[in-house]
Amino acid sequence: MKLYQTIASSTLATVVAVTFAAQVQAQENVLRWSSQSALANIDPHGTTTALPLSIFSNVYEPLVGLNSDMELVPVLAESWEVVNPTTWRFKLREGVTFHNGNTFNADDVIFSMERVGNRYSFLRDRVSMIEEMVRVDDYTIEFITREPYPILPQMWTSIYMMDKEWAEENDATVPSNSVENIESYAGQHSNGTGPFRITERVPETRTVFEPFADYWDEVEHNLDRVVYIPITQDGTRVAALLSGEIDMMYPVPIQDIERLQSNAGTDVLIQPELRTIMLGMDQNRDVALHTNTGDNPFKDRRVRQAVYQAINIDAIQDRIMNGLSEPAATLISPLLFPPAGEMERHPFDPEASRALLAEAGYPDGFQTALVCPNNRYVNDERTCQAVTSMLARVGIEVELRTMNVTQYWGVVGRPVQDFAMYMMGWTPGGLDSYSVLFNLMGSWDEESGRGRINNGDFANDRIDEIIALVESETDTEIRDALIMEAYQIVHDEVYYLPLHQQTVVWGVRDGIAVTQRADDYFQFRTARFTD
Amino acid sequence: MIRYVSGRLTQSLLVMFIVAAVAFALFGFVGDPIRQMITEDASQAEIDRLREIMGLNDSVPVQFWRYISGAVQGDFGVSYHHKRPVGTLIAERLPATFELAGLSVLLSVVIGIPLGVYTGLHRHGRLARGLMAASLVGVSIPTFLLGILLIYLFSVILGWLPSFGRGETVAVLGGFWTTGFLTTSGLRSLILPSITLALFQTTMVMRLVRAEMLDVMRADYIKFARARGLGTRTVHFRHALKNTLMPVVTVIGLQLGSVIAFAIITESVFQWPGMGRLFLQSIQQVDIPVMSAYLIMIAFFFVVINLITDLAYYSIDPRLRAGALKGNAHA
Repeated sequence: MKLYQTIASSTLATVVAVTFAAQVQAQENVLRWSSQSALANIDPHGTTTALPLSIFSNVYEPLVGLNSDMELVPVLAESWEVVNPTTWRFKLREGVTFHNGNTFNADDVIFSMERVGNRYSFLRDRVSMIEEMVRVDDYTIEFITREPYPILPQMWTSIYMMDKEWAEENDATVPSNSVENIESYAGQHSNGTGPFRITERVPETRTVFEPFADYWDEVEHNLDRVVYIPITQDGTRVAALLSGEIDMMYPVPIQDIERLQSNAGTDVLIQPELRTIMLGMDQNRDVALHTNTGDNPFKDRRVRQAVYQAINIDAIQDRIMNGLSEPAATLISPLLFPPAGEMERHPFDPEASRALLAEAGYPDGFQTALVCPNNRYVNDERTCQAVTSMLARVGIEVELRTMNVTQYWGVVGRPVQDFAMYMMGWTPGGLDSYSVLFNLMGSWDEESGRGRINNGDFANDRIDEIIALVESETDTEIRDALIMEAYQIVHDEVYYLPLHQQTVVWGVRDGIAVTQRADDYFQFRTARFTD
Repeated sequence: MIRYVSGRLTQSLLVMFIVAAVAFALFGFVGDPIRQMITEDASQAEIDRLREIMGLNDSVPVQFWRYISGAVQGDFGVSYHHKRPVGTLIAERLPATFELAGLSVLLSVVIGIPLGVYTGLHRHGRLARGLMAASLVGVSIPTFLLGILLIYLFSVILGWLPSFGRGETVAVLGGFWTTGFLTTSGLRSLILPSITLALFQTTMVMRLVRAEMLDVMRADYIKFARARGLGTRTVHFRHALKNTLMPVVTVIGLQLGSVIAFAIITESVFQWPGMGRLFLQSIQQVDIPVMSAYLIMIAFFFVVINLITDLAYYSIDPRLRAGALKGNAHA
């Protein structure tokens, strides 16, 4: 009897304690959120992966950033100007301190840029245009580039500033990298200028952020703490939101969107994403691989257009993407290049498609093959299956091959290029058209790397000319017109078959307000508890 | 005895070497690690440079030799993805997996053996038949589905138990080991994953014990024991059960190995921060150093567990002890 009493009373005490603890916690605004992968390493210069870079944006800050409309805004730089085509002068913000109390100034910028440019840094490409850095005074710095580089600020929106003194004291001047067996101090500790600082970290389990009291800017949040919890499995992540164990999470799998919407305590936020999904075709080999025609039908513009017009993009949007995609007419999202929004797709028209095939000499169609990743883009495999059946209707019999993304690159990428048709998605680096033109549309040039992702290997002299012009054109209007011309050529010649932009879907618990961004950057400073 | 153990350990080194070699040969098909490290818009020069400094341009045997010579010195390299030493990564996750696997095996023994004895002794009883039918579900339901069902029922609908993670953990043994057994949330977090992982083992142990019991109960010495007038309890537990345990111990031993090795799915469903998840991630990220180290380690576990199982025979089966004394170790 005594034992039972002891158990009963201690159970009661535990329950009371737990309830009490829960109440104490409820008074604090602790935002718990989740996404797919653990923060393995928190070195801001140690990764190129989107998720960690987006989380770091709460702790570290760039000179120039993007606001929620994807427009350039000053962050640690107050202003910048082009002194001459190869000289950029940045005026730095004064009165900014790092989390350890050190003052931010030009030395930190030079140090950070050098660290990013370190030969083991994966982000090195983003700063390789710098020839020289000149420290004018404590808060002014000039970057001299090798050649005119009009999109320099765009390239730096995820280049975060570190504290020189802190890095030197802790021997963290080289970014974390696996090659040199270097485990940088900065990979496990942080010291940025951002509105939040990392106070606790158990990589696979949680990372805790607390507001930085001396942050230089106004913030709208009312959070006391933010806890990031990685949950890899989609189903588990959805369950955690439904059961109230977390307050916010992304990405939400398409099939669970309705579930979260219909559930009383949760909702979803939906916004178009920046990546464009497209199909490419081999336009180089004389005899296309996996194709039964004995020649390469995709060298004929009429065949390419026939394939284009056989694809019912509205049906894909409707049935495969549950309405959550934005059909695309060209290779860049209108969010990044507004004139792209004015372009129109070649209309879906199987009749015209058959006629074009007949005209090109394939009245009965032909057999070919399509390579797709099956874990890279939203419903990638299903989209390809739909395309396969649509092409069958105009007589093109497609053998579909789907694979894991890590294998996929080995098959589709240079120099293997083992495909007749392939699927690909592209988010331009620096969020600028130049990356699309240079990588996807230029003809392959090994030395400069132009056309590196032009896996179908088409070549158009005018596009190559435009690339050279756009590279150094600093007048925005002329530049936009040139870019538009290139997109128009791709459209007219049907070098690619653009499909759609996916959507970014976030799941949020009622009582939390967050600002969703097209680049999937979750900025804690915009989050509020509303109840 | 010592000669026996050292012989087995030498064998185990060979096994591990072969596992490492086979694993390394397979890595060529997993994909390109460089693709996982860089953005899509990195230049070809950048890719080539990384291939060069990571030694990926060397032939597979050269890479393998480099890896093995490091591994022999206890250096398993640095994870491509985590950018931390592989040894540390695994050591950090070992406690989570061991606690989960250990508890699951314990559950399966504590529940499985009594149920097996019961169903073996009362094989025509209604309850025993019901248990046997239920055990069929246990052996056939996929771990993944079971985990999701439990989460749905106990976390989403009832809200009783956490759906993911390990809860609060406490560092013990000078920070070397983290345990979830000392906190309420840690214990609560253990319930669903350990049941998920244990269900299959439990039903298997139960069916095995039942089959063995049925067998043994027909044996002559049980009849003689009864004839001697021994109590039912003594006959059942002293004579019958003890003699069924040989195969059960073997199976449980091997199961412990596979529970550790294949906790992957359970760990993945419950976001359990263990080695299985580390391995799964490393496959997705083509993190070759982690994959190799994990496979070598699992091979090592199996070898050691087999060894321990064999030693357990010695203590259970007096005939083996007699053999060993005569130096006939491999009998």
